[in-house]
Amino acid sequence: MDFSYSEEQKLLQDSIVRFLDDQYDIESRRALINSDLGFSDAHWSQFAELGLLGVAFDAEDGGFGYGSVGLMLVMEAFGRALVIEPYWSTVAFAGGALRQDTRSERRADLIGRISSGELKVASAYSEESGRYHLSHVTTGAEEASGGWRLSGRKSVVLNAGSADLLIVSARSSGGADDRDGITLFLVDRDAAGLSLQEYRTVDGFRAAEITLENVEVGADAVLGEVGGGMAILDQAEVWGILGLGAEASGVMERAYQLTVEYTKERKQFGVPISSFQVLQHRMVDMFIETEQTKSLVLMLALALQSGENQAQAASALKIQVGKAGRHIGQQAIQLHGGMGMTDEMAIGHYFKRLTAANQILGDAAHHLKHYYER
Amino acid sequence: MEAGYTQEDLALRDEIRDFLANEFPADLRDKQLRGAPLSREDIVNWHKLLCTRGWTGIHWPVEYGGTGWTQMQRHIFQTEMAAAGAPPLLAFNIKMIGPVLYKYGSEEQKRRFLPGTLSLDIWWCQGYSEPGAGSDLAALQTRAVRDGDEYIVNGQKTWTTLAQYADWMFCLVRTDPDAARPQQGISFLLIDMNSPGIEVRPITTLDGSAPVNDVFLTDVRVPVANRIGEENQGWTCAKALLGNERTGIAQVAASKHELARLKRVASGISVPGGETLMQQDDFARRVAEVEVDLLGLEYSELRVLAAGADNPGPASSYLKIVGSGITQRLTELFVEAAGYHALPLAADAGDNIYPSWLDFAGRSAPKYFDTRKVSIFGGSNEIQRNIIAKAVLGL
Repeated sequence: MDFSYSEEQKLLQDSIVRFLDDQYDIESRRALINSDLGFSDAHWSQFAELGLLGVAFDAEDGGFGYGSVGLMLVMEAFGRALVIEPYWSTVAFAGGALRQDTRSERRADLIGRISSGELKVASAYSEESGRYHLSHVTTGAEEASGGWRLSGRKSVVLNAGSADLLIVSARSSGGADDRDGITLFLVDRDAAGLSLQEYRTVDGFRAAEITLENVEVGADAVLGEVGGGMAILDQAEVWGILGLGAEASGVMERAYQLTVEYTKERKQFGVPISSFQVLQHRMVDMFIETEQTKSLVLMLALALQSGENQAQAASALKIQVGKAGRHIGQQAIQLHGGMGMTDEMAIGHYFKRLTAANQILGDAAHHLKHYYER
Repeated sequence: MEAGYTQEDLALRDEIRDFLANEFPADLRDKQLRGAPLSREDIVNWHKLLCTRGWTGIHWPVEYGGTGWTQMQRHIFQTEMAAAGAPPLLAFNIKMIGPVLYKYGSEEQKRRFLPGTLSLDIWWCQGYSEPGAGSDLAALQTRAVRDGDEYIVNGQKTWTTLAQYADWMFCLVRTDPDAARPQQGISFLLIDMNSPGIEVRPITTLDGSAPVNDVFLTDVRVPVANRIGEENQGWTCAKALLGNERTGIAQVAASKHELARLKRVASGISVPGGETLMQQDDFARRVAEVEVDLLGLEYSELRVLAAGADNPGPASSYLKIVGSGITQRLTELFVEAAGYHALPLAADAGDNIYPSWLDFAGRSAPKYFDTRKVSIFGGSNEIQRNIIAKAVLGL
């Protein structure tokens, strides 16, 4: 058994770390969050140049063939730097759906354009009352003049505003919570009848409420089988959780390291507060939780390679991300004291991202509840 | 042993309930229900309304315009206020500087400051913490040098809540840097916030609001007559005030109010499958866990109150640890209840994206972020545990 990275993987990791060390700090990130776009197009181009956008896709589809391990490696590094670009939406979740496209020509075209940085994709899978159940779909799809007509509302669609293309789940048959009868459609973000209300999220990303009013798409807009979209969504969710979990493990690692650094500098009662055993033990627990998270990330990455037991491995990781993320985030703020409450210090932004990670694709409670059904 | 209130207590409770039902202004009630920020005017007007009933000096003896209430009566008042969702009295005035003034102030100082403190014609802020002096408050460096009948004050205070609204600041300064112990050599000054040399800079906090400030003092001249107590003896006042700061920090009534709101909210959220969130075992169990802890805290507080001690001492540390934990867990559960609707930044999205059942969602995450402070301020929970270890366990 060998869990170490190959030479190639190490080179990739080094290049990401170098790029992030050069380009990413909390102040420039803050400026990006408050810019019109919400992130940097220049960074996106550099991601393409470094091969990060195609890293997880198969070479035959125009990707770079590093698979799930590649996604893990990139997103863990992104988590450490709190990268704000919509990488997760395009590469992890949407990528996880598009790689299942059985129409190989279209698949290679889309993945090729993602890899080269030309195409960003967001996924409109959640609705107002869905509460993390991707099978709760009330947005309607009716067959119309050789194609489909979509109407309904989608909630909290991450990074929809900057996406060129949306994957929209809609109901072509069945009741609101049926797993059967959900169809996925590829819809241009600027399609007629589709409107977005964009906003920042509490952790600095972007999302939107989407309204579809008689949006017309062709029959060729269907991704996968008509009525069979749930299988693709399930698998995309696993990829999404891998990306989010890997990112969270990087966020956790940096959060505990920043906390260790701060407590070594912060003096009270004439000594660095890191000398207090009660704080040392807290930071040790933060370290242990980080390591446990990394292990479950690795487990899921390997499950995606082998194709075995993926759904339960994804739930296990998401439970850990929720639980450890909350613990580490809260302790990081507590140990920073009043300074941890300021927007100025980096640590608060790590705490917020860990909080948000629990609210995406099912929180710990949701995955615990459904763990044995997986 | 008996539980239950005296007839007198019950009569007071009914009087307060009537007042809140009839005179708590609807616009203020609405703001509080929505969790909307209050303006200075909102707070002052509310305070003055309570003042007309004589209900602001709830910690104060009658001779200084206070209610002269027992601890139990004060508890009843605070419980009724929180249950109605009324804004609490301004702690800086009522709980902190008021008692210091009537215990340690000169007759002249009492005459000059107490009436305005009671009526909120003087708004006080607290000049305690400094960048290098948080949990270790006695390490404070702000320097006051005597110059005739004045002190010249230089330094920086931080985490000064609502300093932007304050008329005056009660402030700990170092008057003897060579004292044998850091606690010696500290004096307690009252500083006019309009004095030349004072600059208030807001600190943006995690929830995006700026209710706290840095206060910079550069060659600020403060009359010696504005010193409370003897020079270099300010630590006595400082400590007395901190003891008061910790009582009521258990926030039982406020947490009960939030718990009831949480249950209401969770009962209105339907989950795919037909149940409401509150009907889901795992969520209900976690709400019940908080409720049980809150009941324990309520009776712990009642035990302290029933014992009738003037200063609850280390018990206040215990109440603070449990109370802050409950306050924080309730905000976690609101975020959990909101699901992914906790993500939109309300400032951008506005309330119009939320249907009524989701109205709480936009405030859930900011509140959760902001509430991390309750285990940090007023002496961090680590410091409270140190106090208990030393004072109760004898370690």
